[in-house]
Amino acid sequence: MQQTESYQEMDALHREIDRAFEDFFPTAAPFSRSAFLPGRLARSYPLVNVHEDKDHLYVEALAPGIDPGSLNLTVVHNNLTISGEKKGPPDNIKPEAFHREERASGKFVRTITLPVEIDDSKVSAEYKNGLLLITLPKSEKAKPKQISVQVS
Amino acid sequence: MAEKTVSAPSGPPQRNGDGQREVTRGQELYVRPPVDIYEIPDGLVMMADLPGVSKENLEVRVDDGLLTINAKAAQTVPGEPVYREYELPGFFRQFEIVDEIDTEKIKAGLRTGVLTLNLPLSEKAKPKKIEVKVD
Repeated sequence: MQQTESYQEMDALHREIDRAFEDFFPTAAPFSRSAFLPGRLARSYPLVNVHEDKDHLYVEALAPGIDPGSLNLTVVHNNLTISGEKKGPPDNIKPEAFHREERASGKFVRTITLPVEIDDSKVSAEYKNGLLLITLPKSEKAKPKQISVQVS
Repeated sequence: MAEKTVSAPSGPPQRNGDGQREVTRGQELYVRPPVDIYEIPDGLVMMADLPGVSKENLEVRVDDGLLTINAKAAQTVPGEPVYREYELPGFFRQFEIVDEIDTEKIKAGLRTGVLTLNLPLSEKAKPKKIEVKVD
């Protein structure tokens, strides 16, 4: 148990340092991240962009080379969870046969908290050219309502 | 495979005397796609992550021993952006390929945003088994 605690402490420290850097370079995050393909030690995979219009939220995830069968999406309230597996090169390649090995691979899971309530019965997703586009209709409660003003 | 450290395309490739290429950086943002390169008995295989790239926006060229990957990602998400973690710029990377690769027979495939290149060895360069005759 001791070990788990120290691991959590390390993680908290890591996050604190990240936050300090974000404060220090306010323009650097999160809009102009140039190293945009996370490598092997990325803590957030896949990276996502969120778009919005009046009735929908659109989450686009950067996920090239995912086996579409392994992709799994769940929505609980306004938490969206994306999980799946990115296949690497074939297993029978010996380590010494590699000239370069830069692409990350393996299983991943990421949960995103969305800013509004979602109608979870009408969520749809499309995987094309390595980008996963998830369309999430806002629940009726979350949609903006027009209030007419009575002039007396 | 040696890599060229050119970060953006600069028109048709041209070499000057000392083998260095002159580069004028374009306005657009380019990113080096991550690659895996491994050997198989018949040659080399290269896999590159190119998310958001369709076949029409991908150019793979071999010119004088220089392999160039040049691609443009298309983003078609409706609505206004509210939160961003990444941008989809162009992809550009160059490799020098060895003479043993048969450039006529390079095959390329693009699936789920991953480019797979098969770079076969030329017949001359393939390992040959020599029969030993015993008298």
